[in-house]
Parts: sequence; C-alpha cells; structure tokens
Amino acid sequence: MSIALYFFAGLSAAAALGVLLFRQVLYAALSLLACLLSLAGLYIVMQAEYIAVTQIIIYAGGILVIILFGIMITSRLAGKPMQVSTQYPVIGSLLALLIFCALVLSQPAVTSHTSDFSTNHWQRAGRWLMTEYALAFETTGVLLLICLIGAAVTAIYQRES
Amino acid sequence: MSPVLLYLSFLLFALGVSVVLTKRNAIVVLLGIELILSAAILNAIHFNQQFPDRMDGQLFALFIIVIAVCEAVVGMSIIIRVYRYYQTAVPDQINELNER
Repeated sequence: MSIALYFFAGLSAAAALGVLLFRQVLYAALSLLACLLSLAGLYIVMQAEYIAVTQIIIYAGGILVIILFGIMITSRLAGKPMQVSTQYPVIGSLLALLIFCALVLSQPAVTSHTSDFSTNHWQRAGRWLMTEYALAFETTGVLLLICLIGAAVTAIYQRES
Repeated sequence: MSPVLLYLSFLLFALGVSVVLTKRNAIVVLLGIELILSAAILNAIHFNQQFPDRMDGQLFALFIIVIAVCEAVVGMSIIIRVYRYYQTAVPDQINELNER
C-alpha cells in the first residue's frame, strides 16, 4: 500500500514538473493527463474510489479532450508543433519556490486514520450526496447547465457580413 | 504516510502558480490552473482521512472537480472566440488598447 502511494505520488510530481518544463503545448497537455491519471491512482490508494473514477471520467476524459481540441484549433501553422515561450522565468520560479517554502514551513500536523476496507464507500457517498449535500448537488447541476449554455453562446460561429 | 501527500499538494500548487506566471500561451495557463485545482482536491481528500466517519472532504473534492470543468469549458470558449477575432492565443499580442 505504501509502495503504491509513493509510486503514484512520484509519478504525478514528475508529470506536473513536465507541464512546466515542456516547450510544446501538446506535450504539456499530455503530461497533465499523466499527472491527473496518477492522481486518480493515488485517490484509489487513499480509499476515495468515487473521486478517482470521477477524476478519470471528467478530468482525463473531458477536460483534456477540450484542451486538445483547443490546441488543434488555435495552432495556426499547420504541420509545425505549437511552441510556448516563457516570460519572467526566474521571477516566476522564485515566487513559486517561495510559496512552496512558506507552505512547508506552515504545514499543519496531520494524523491520518485509515478506515476499514469493509465499508462500502460508494453507498456512503451516494447517501451523503442525496441527504446532506442535496442542495449543493442540485445547484451544481444548474451551474453546469448555465456553463454549457454560456460556453456555446460564447464560442458560436458568427459570420460577419 | 501523511507528510508525502501534503508535500505533493504543495508541489502541485507551486508548479501550477509557476506555470500560470511564466507561460505566455493562454492554453498552458489553463493547464496551470488545473494543476492548482488538483492540489486543492488532493488536500480535501487527504484531510478527509482524519475523519473516517464523515465524507465532507470527498464531496467537496467532487464539487471542486465540477467547478474545474466549468472553468475549463468557459475559458476554452473564450480562448477560441479571441483566437477567431485576433488570430492569436497569446494574450500579450492582444494590445488593441495599448497606446502606440
């Protein structure tokens, strides 16, 4: 169990570093895909299977497809991979390092209990979602509908005459 | 077991902030925002492990994922609209209001 945790943690950290270091946008997107998939594996190790499956379906299946289509649409020079240039690399990296050090220095003390494996997490998640979080669940559905309509209206093709 | 996950979420957040600050392409900035939200999801699930009889953290993570989807979709539609108008996805090249 611990070996799997370290494996997925290291894999996702390396893939997240790849998002920063790759110069081609397509490789950065695929590196983010690897990071999200290994995070899903990590969630399974942490006994959050519901979130892991949601992560795979929505993040790896939905958002990454949208981003890949965006890369395909906005790459103007056909046949040439889209490169990304950086601005203020030293200042940005130093600021990120500063944030990382501040977070490490101010981390709370966490003791993690491991719950027993016999618990049916799916059943519990469904029951919580339908009782205590019913309002948030419905509101999220309305938000998704608004977001869908807004995105379609924003990106619709209008021929300027 | 616990400090590794905390450090991983710190690292994801710092890398996401670095990507958002240093990259010029708007799509890569979206990737950085996804990294930051992933750090938040990881923290929510990790802190949920302190209270095994409750599921608040995991459901918060679920809602964060949905919000991330909305953000990515709306951001990508705005990028496509801007690309169609200005023929670029680099925000620095959109300088119509620049005084020159």
